[in-house]
Amino acid sequence: MSATEQIDYQSLTFPYVRAPELKSGSATHRPIVVVGAGPVGLATAIDLAQSGISVLLLDDDDRLSTGSRAICFAKRTLEIFDRLGCGEPMVQKGVGWNKGRVFLCEDEIYRFDLLPEEGHHRPAFINLQQYYVEGYLFERSRELPNLEIRWKNKLAAISQDDDEISLQVETPEGTYSLRCDYLIAADGARSFIRKALGHESKGQTFRDRFLIADVRMDADFPAERWFWFDPPFHPNQSVLLHRQSDNVWRIDFQLGWEADPVAERQPDRVLPRVQALLGKESKFELVWSSVYTFSCLRMAAFRDGRVLFAGDSAHGVSPFGARGANSGVQDAENLAWKLRLVLESKAPDRLLDTYGSEREFAADENILNSTRSTDFITPKSEVSRTFRNATLQLARDCGFARELVNSGRLSKPSILTASPLNTPDEDRFGSAMAPGAPITDAPLLRDGKQNWLLDQTGNEFTLLHFSDDVTKFGGARGDGLCRLAIGDIPIKTVVVMPKGSGPQFRQGLVVVEDTDGLAAERFDAAHGATYLIRPDQHVCARWRAFDPAKVQAALDRATARA
Amino acid sequence: MLILEPNLSHPDDFYEALIESHRGLSVEQSGMLNAKLILLLANQVGDLDVLRAAIAKAREGIEPAGEDATLKAVA
Repeated sequence: MSATEQIDYQSLTFPYVRAPELKSGSATHRPIVVVGAGPVGLATAIDLAQSGISVLLLDDDDRLSTGSRAICFAKRTLEIFDRLGCGEPMVQKGVGWNKGRVFLCEDEIYRFDLLPEEGHHRPAFINLQQYYVEGYLFERSRELPNLEIRWKNKLAAISQDDDEISLQVETPEGTYSLRCDYLIAADGARSFIRKALGHESKGQTFRDRFLIADVRMDADFPAERWFWFDPPFHPNQSVLLHRQSDNVWRIDFQLGWEADPVAERQPDRVLPRVQALLGKESKFELVWSSVYTFSCLRMAAFRDGRVLFAGDSAHGVSPFGARGANSGVQDAENLAWKLRLVLESKAPDRLLDTYGSEREFAADENILNSTRSTDFITPKSEVSRTFRNATLQLARDCGFARELVNSGRLSKPSILTASPLNTPDEDRFGSAMAPGAPITDAPLLRDGKQNWLLDQTGNEFTLLHFSDDVTKFGGARGDGLCRLAIGDIPIKTVVVMPKGSGPQFRQGLVVVEDTDGLAAERFDAAHGATYLIRPDQHVCARWRAFDPAKVQAALDRATARA
Repeated sequence: MLILEPNLSHPDDFYEALIESHRGLSVEQSGMLNAKLILLLANQVGDLDVLRAAIAKAREGIEPAGEDATLKAVA
């Protein structure tokens, strides 16, 4: 992928190709159509295609993202991109960061570290312009022959019955018809599909405006998230500074509701604001600016029959927690494995209902966090503003008040505790990795080489079995573990051995060495501890000892077959 | 458990100190002082259930007379 780093993804245009349906005049049938080639649509399409499902991805444009837009990609999202086969170039290109600072007027009042411990493959966040993320997803999509992207193909009409969906697609050369089993609406905040099916995304819009200025410059600010309340260079408002790749810096100025969105975007208004922050002597180039307002909202249900809504079409948040694109990519991975099992007739259709329930829960969590941040940054009443300012003043010398300062609660994956796919704990565990939680990474040795726990899991169900004694795998336990791999929904077994056990081999099992003891620590795992992990790397069941019958029952529950 | 029975070691001294702390302040400054005081005392209490009970008790009998229109008027 190194050659691709030179590509200017923002200015790429993709060729329109005449669809075969236009020539034949007859509608073809597809298992999956995805609408929208943004990060969410691309991620969903890649996830399905790399697991063997044929996917058609439609986009009404012929370009990737214009402007940097979403720039903060969270650890969990990077782990998903790793599973999709394109995490590495993003991390290489992006600016990794874990730390942030909050300022009040001229003073720093608070510092935080989002990943204070070692032993994780990926940082808490990278900052990377959205067009690079889409570019690397696009590069990955080209490696998948069963993933077809049609640019300048615009969905114009949709109808569905119990058996299938019918679509009308507009192209520069006319309209054609398609049929499909399932449709994924990743068509963004102004989703055509949502409107066409008579749905709304409801919530609240905040009365405030913000200016994004992306500037290119050589600066020696560290790669951290800096947030100012009421700084001398932009009084009574907030400012956010963030580093992206290619020496581009994102500066986000709060403007207030009265600001004129058109005038404020003009360079003659933007440049003095940037100059005030950076100093009179600084040299920089304005590469992108945008004035935006935002809303916290969601659809009542993310599933309507055979149509599944993902990302901005289904929900929206303020940008302050980096919870938009990140939650959308997490929607994508929650949906992909469930759709695959349903399409392969290995799981009932009702498994897709849990896509809705799990991701609606996650959206509520994101909206709650985002709304709280927005209420702090943009108080909605005088008394709210007074408490906000009181909190900031106390934060100078009171630790408790720093915890209340809310400049954005940054994206974390949801812990799907209440999911019906979980098997409730019957044994006691001290780890945070309860059923519903995404698993945490840890360094490992596999075949004598440095590796990561997360890379041993995902795409299929995985049984993580901690054992001190690999020699016993010749017996019933080994047979039981191996048998899991030959069910209709195969379970891959990864045996985690303690430090110093050396390379071990047992046909049909992956054996890894817990080099730093961090896997055992993070999973609170003694000899025998067994975790069943979903294809999206969330725990669905765990036990203190391996019991094949319990594993099978948990698998049936996690696939809505029970 | 929110304490509603007497718990102040020197009730009259406390009350005087509270009123005295607002001497010479504008309504706006008093608002800031009260807000800081509430935040400090809330941290002292710590327990969310007790704080919620105190908020509910304080709110008792206050009928909403309309929303604060200060910011909305500006908007």
